[in-house]
Amino acid sequence: MSPRLRTFAGFGITALLLFAVAPLVLGDFRLGLLAKYLCFAIVAVGIGLAWGRGGMLALGQGVFFGLGGYAMAMHLKLADAGPGELPDFMTLYGQLDALPWWWAPFANPVFALLATVLLPMLVALLLGLLIFRRRVRGAYFAILSQALAAAFAILLIGQQGTTGGTNGLTDIQGFFGYDLNDPVNRRMIYFIIATALLLMLLAAWQLMRSRYGELLVAVRDAEERVRFLGYDPANVKLVAYVVAAGMAGLAGALFVPAVGIISPALIGVVPSIEFVIGVAVGGRASLAGPAIGAIAVAWAKTALSERVPSAWTYFEGLLFVLPIVFLPGGIASLVRLRRRRTAEAPAAPALEKVPS
Amino acid sequence: MTGLSVRDLRVVFDGFVALDGVDLEVPEGDVRFVIGPNGAGKTTMIDAITGLVKATGHVGFDGQDLLGRKVHRIARLGIGRTFQTAAVFEELTVLQNLDIAAGWGRRAVSLLRARRGVPPEVGKALETVRLSAVRDQPAGTLAHGQKQWLEIGMLLVQDARLLLLDEPVAGMSHDERDATGELLGVLSRDRTVLVIEHDMDFLRRYARTVTVMHAGKVLSEGSVAEVQADPRVQEVYLGRGAS
Ligand SMILES: Nc1ncnc2c1ncn2[C@@H]1O[C@H](COP(=O)(O)OP(=O)(O)OP(=O)(O)O)[C@@H](O)[C@H]1O
Ligand SMILES: [Mg+2]
Repeated sequence: MSPRLRTFAGFGITALLLFAVAPLVLGDFRLGLLAKYLCFAIVAVGIGLAWGRGGMLALGQGVFFGLGGYAMAMHLKLADAGPGELPDFMTLYGQLDALPWWWAPFANPVFALLATVLLPMLVALLLGLLIFRRRVRGAYFAILSQALAAAFAILLIGQQGTTGGTNGLTDIQGFFGYDLNDPVNRRMIYFIIATALLLMLLAAWQLMRSRYGELLVAVRDAEERVRFLGYDPANVKLVAYVVAAGMAGLAGALFVPAVGIISPALIGVVPSIEFVIGVAVGGRASLAGPAIGAIAVAWAKTALSERVPSAWTYFEGLLFVLPIVFLPGGIASLVRLRRRRTAEAPAAPALEKVPS
Repeated sequence: MTGLSVRDLRVVFDGFVALDGVDLEVPEGDVRFVIGPNGAGKTTMIDAITGLVKATGHVGFDGQDLLGRKVHRIARLGIGRTFQTAAVFEELTVLQNLDIAAGWGRRAVSLLRARRGVPPEVGKALETVRLSAVRDQPAGTLAHGQKQWLEIGMLLVQDARLLLLDEPVAGMSHDERDATGELLGVLSRDRTVLVIEHDMDFLRRYARTVTVMHAGKVLSEGSVAEVQADPRVQEVYLGRGAS
């Protein structure tokens, strides 16, 4: 199969699995779980781009996931409350008489929807300008990302009256007029999320095969060298970082109707690390690897913590370490190994390779 | 004048004076060789011209001041360099390496599309540096000499008008050296070339003019014969059994 044909076949099979097989095979509860996993997969696609192709170990994607999630949840809470009313938790904890000014625009559905993606992208742009211009990279970048995730969660917890604090924004009932308690509508949410994932995979695929994608790999492998060719690597990295943030924001926004809640515990340090673990397990530099890894890890987490809750933490640690030591290319590299053995002439896999 | 003009260039690393007031004029179209013992400051001079290390003094090319600009801005003015140890993008193919080198001026739309075919300037450079046959191989699999050529090819598509080559024939076989030497002649037709080199045999055959550096200063300058006849040069450099 030519690489082109293989890609199209890959997308076809993915679509078939997501839109036909999964809804047929899985019951409502399992499909709801899968919808949640697919949100993580969307985040993972972005991390694959930023980390796998761009070398930026984005350990703070929870921030962008959270921004998207809160933007969506704020709108849905306002819609649930009805025009002119305050969301329930505000009157409970905050003793507020009026809506805080920064909540007001989220009553507008168009604003809220745009904000779920554009707000994280804007924040990533500003952060990225500071970080990459100053040549912060490698472990320093990862640590900084972590610190941001921690700071964001702490900030949210501290503002209980306006953000719901530790509880977050919970108990979301409707989604643009659709009742989320109705299983039919929950299936619809699943299909929306599956479509979003497919679109993000397509976007990542186009970015990776484009000239920009080649340049990004060049920057990852020899950041200083590209300067002598007239490029500013800060800008090259910025694009991938901002796109990844947008994907995380979209995922956060879709997570809210799928799960009915967004809270600091879902976006802080630990979830940020879990996003990356999925990507490492799946294979960070491949297209489908991060998404598959994210789904696999999230599924394993549910399955394992249903049975032995305490074991998950250790298992997670292993998951992080094992692929890095024994399988740096992740699950995706297993497929490639097999492919290389079967193909007589390997078809220029440079872009699919993983840095060791 | 056009060409490269360096005046009173000084570079200090933590108190260590690596370049101590270097003056250098390389007229357009010249093939200038820079020689000098290890640690003379040859690489440091290229580093300073290309903006990699901080320097004081004056560096001009085609009427533009270079000092104080960022590395990528200097590159955009048409100054290209290679590195003492070949620096190519190992995971990318030869073609991808060249395509990237050709691309800083590309617009966003063209960056977001996949490359179709071989851009004409890239095809030409592949021919010139004799890498057409391996264009789809990852650059990391190339032989050492081929990597050096790839770097030179990258300068060609980058459309650099000043080429700064840091020991381009180091580690090359005899035939590869000859090919590289001829390449220098081709390059200099519409470009200014500055080559750092240790190989005296290579220098005698392909240099038009020579600058000898020693301890961060220019020691001597002139044609190959003039430089070789200079007793100070013989003392610090050529005297070491290289004539
Ligand atoms: N980044 C740096 N920090 C400190 N000292 C440096 C640095 N770069 C170079 N030097 C010193 O400056 C001096 C000149 O080095 P340079 O690399 O320019 O020499 P060179 O003429 O290119 O030598 P060679 O022929 O070995 O390549 C050397 O003594 C070197 O140790
Ligand atoms: Mg040197």
